[in-house]
Amino acid sequence: MTKYIIRRLLQAIPLLLITSAVIFVLLQSAGDPLATLGGRVPPRPEDRERLRRVMGLDQPIPVQYLYWLIGNDWVLIDRDGDGEPETPGTRKGVLRGDFGISSVTRQPAMQIVIDRLPNTLLLMVTAEFVIITSALFIGIYSAVRQYSLLDNVLTSLSFIMFSMPIFLVAFGLMYLFAVKTREWGLLYFPTAGMFDPRVGPTLGQLAWHLVLPVTAVSVVSIAAYSRYVRSNMLEVINSDYIRTAKAKGLNERRILFRHALKNACLPLVTLVGLDLPFFLAGAVVTEKIFAWPGMGRLFIDHLARLDYSVLMAILLLITAAVVVFQLLTDLVYTWLDPRIRYN
Amino acid sequence: MSTAESASSPVPVKLDAVRAESKVVTPSGRIVRRFRRHRGAMVGLILLVLVAVYIIGGSIVFSEADANYNNTGIRLNPPSAEHPFGTDRVGRNILARTIYGGQISLLIGLLAVTVSVTLGTTIGALSGYYGGVIDSVLMRFTEAMLSIPSLLLLLVMAKFFGGRVSDVQFLGRTLSGSVVVIILIIGLTSWMALARIVRSTVLSLKEEEYITAARALGAPNYHIILRHILPNATASIIVAATLGIAGAILAEAYISFLGLGVQAPTASWGNMLTEAQEFQIIANAPWYWFFPGLLILLTVLSINFVGDGLRDALDPRSDKKV
Repeated sequence: MTKYIIRRLLQAIPLLLITSAVIFVLLQSAGDPLATLGGRVPPRPEDRERLRRVMGLDQPIPVQYLYWLIGNDWVLIDRDGDGEPETPGTRKGVLRGDFGISSVTRQPAMQIVIDRLPNTLLLMVTAEFVIITSALFIGIYSAVRQYSLLDNVLTSLSFIMFSMPIFLVAFGLMYLFAVKTREWGLLYFPTAGMFDPRVGPTLGQLAWHLVLPVTAVSVVSIAAYSRYVRSNMLEVINSDYIRTAKAKGLNERRILFRHALKNACLPLVTLVGLDLPFFLAGAVVTEKIFAWPGMGRLFIDHLARLDYSVLMAILLLITAAVVVFQLLTDLVYTWLDPRIRYN
Repeated sequence: MSTAESASSPVPVKLDAVRAESKVVTPSGRIVRRFRRHRGAMVGLILLVLVAVYIIGGSIVFSEADANYNNTGIRLNPPSAEHPFGTDRVGRNILARTIYGGQISLLIGLLAVTVSVTLGTTIGALSGYYGGVIDSVLMRFTEAMLSIPSLLLLLVMAKFFGGRVSDVQFLGRTLSGSVVVIILIIGLTSWMALARIVRSTVLSLKEEEYITAARALGAPNYHIILRHILPNATASIIVAATLGIAGAILAEAYISFLGLGVQAPTASWGNMLTEAQEFQIIANAPWYWFFPGLLILLTVLSINFVGDGLRDALDPRSDKKV
């Protein structure tokens, strides 16, 4: 087992290298980071040239990638532009934990990302919890009462929801539960930010501000997941060992929850494990609409200014999460289902 | 079969009668019948035709100039007899814009899928057929592409290609270069799943005896791939392409919504919503986002229905339904 884990982790290395190289080249060729430097006063041409040399932008892209990866403290860089390198570089490179400095805020890139990460996690973990519980509930009900009126309604609804763009759901929710309900004097929810600045980030405030964004993120996924649970559940319910359990005279509820649910849930573990890291990225639209200060919005804001240190940090973090979650999913799967072995 | 039997029988039987009795079913006829029995697929098809009539027929009533004509005297007017879907922030007719925006969105969907199907099929076929180093390199690359969240990759690529393509003439319309960019990047980021499907089909078939026979007869590799192997993957390709159109329309909507997609004044369903995302507009001018949003939903929904129906119809194992 340890061997398997080590092999998988080793396989991840070339994957991360390819991914980072592809994105690095795309980002570096996308435009001039100096052109949008923090929106400050445009530097004089000679300052611009000097900055370009200091930031290493005068180097060819493969060299820049190398510096980004392993740092440039082992070479001399030519700061004054006389053609003779004299100053030792200061960057340590990603492999030694240095993701570079944000060209917008001058803070370490990883620090900026880590500051935003909990906000995204809060949104996404809550959403994932809502998604899984509702999908299980709906999926099981639909499977047990197959072709009943409610099952048909839920099936049609899930088809519609599955095709919904998130922003349409979000706009609709805002319009109904923040605008209309307010007009009607009913309960209404906040549509921007994480908490009321007058109250501060208390648990109640956070929960209150989470309602609409979490609903918006969840609706689409609940539709997909509940279909999945339903079809798995149907397959299990019609299998031999469930019939045996019924023949033994076990009570229905016990069969459903002790025997059927366990096996029907297995594939869901894979789905959740593989989807979870992509959720971090999927927050982009929701975070933008609901002004949620998370990683997705950070990405959009810094993409506009081509702050490649921060962008690379975000992308690498998510890609690494994808790799780790794929491995974890496989491991959890063997633990849940002893029939599966990896060698 | 039935013709041979009728020829050998002592009593001459009318061919038509035999056909009617034994109901000769051709494979394509069976597919059509399965598809027509799929209620969702038929609903989807009808919806899709309605959307097509709307965006093509509508362009006879309104010219593109009507869609881009702005009149700040009638900003944010609610739906009325003159402007059934209301007007937007600079007084443009939202009805006319949904028509021309729809043409762009569907065009992007279709062409982006063409790009991604071509890429996916080529990469999958090469990888599966040649194996070895080619396979490892291509598949590692596919995995790398799969592990980058597609929306972020799309945004990075939109930034990369943005402004590099000049306006083009297509079917009598002048399209902003951003449309070409969107088509390219959606195509470039959505081929991976299909590549894997095609690869596995090729892998399972290339050791078959009829392939060996073809090779023994001296058929060149490209001939074997194109004529003997790929036709077996047609069903998966058609289904992936259909569902891919829905995905591409949604992807366009998301990038345009985030401001990196199709650029004004060319309308697309996605960029009509960008302009609508201020709270004041969401709250006070619901028609602004409702109609483009509804059209995206209807189109994506109907394409998903059709794709679902095609999957069932093309899958020989789903015969029990017939």
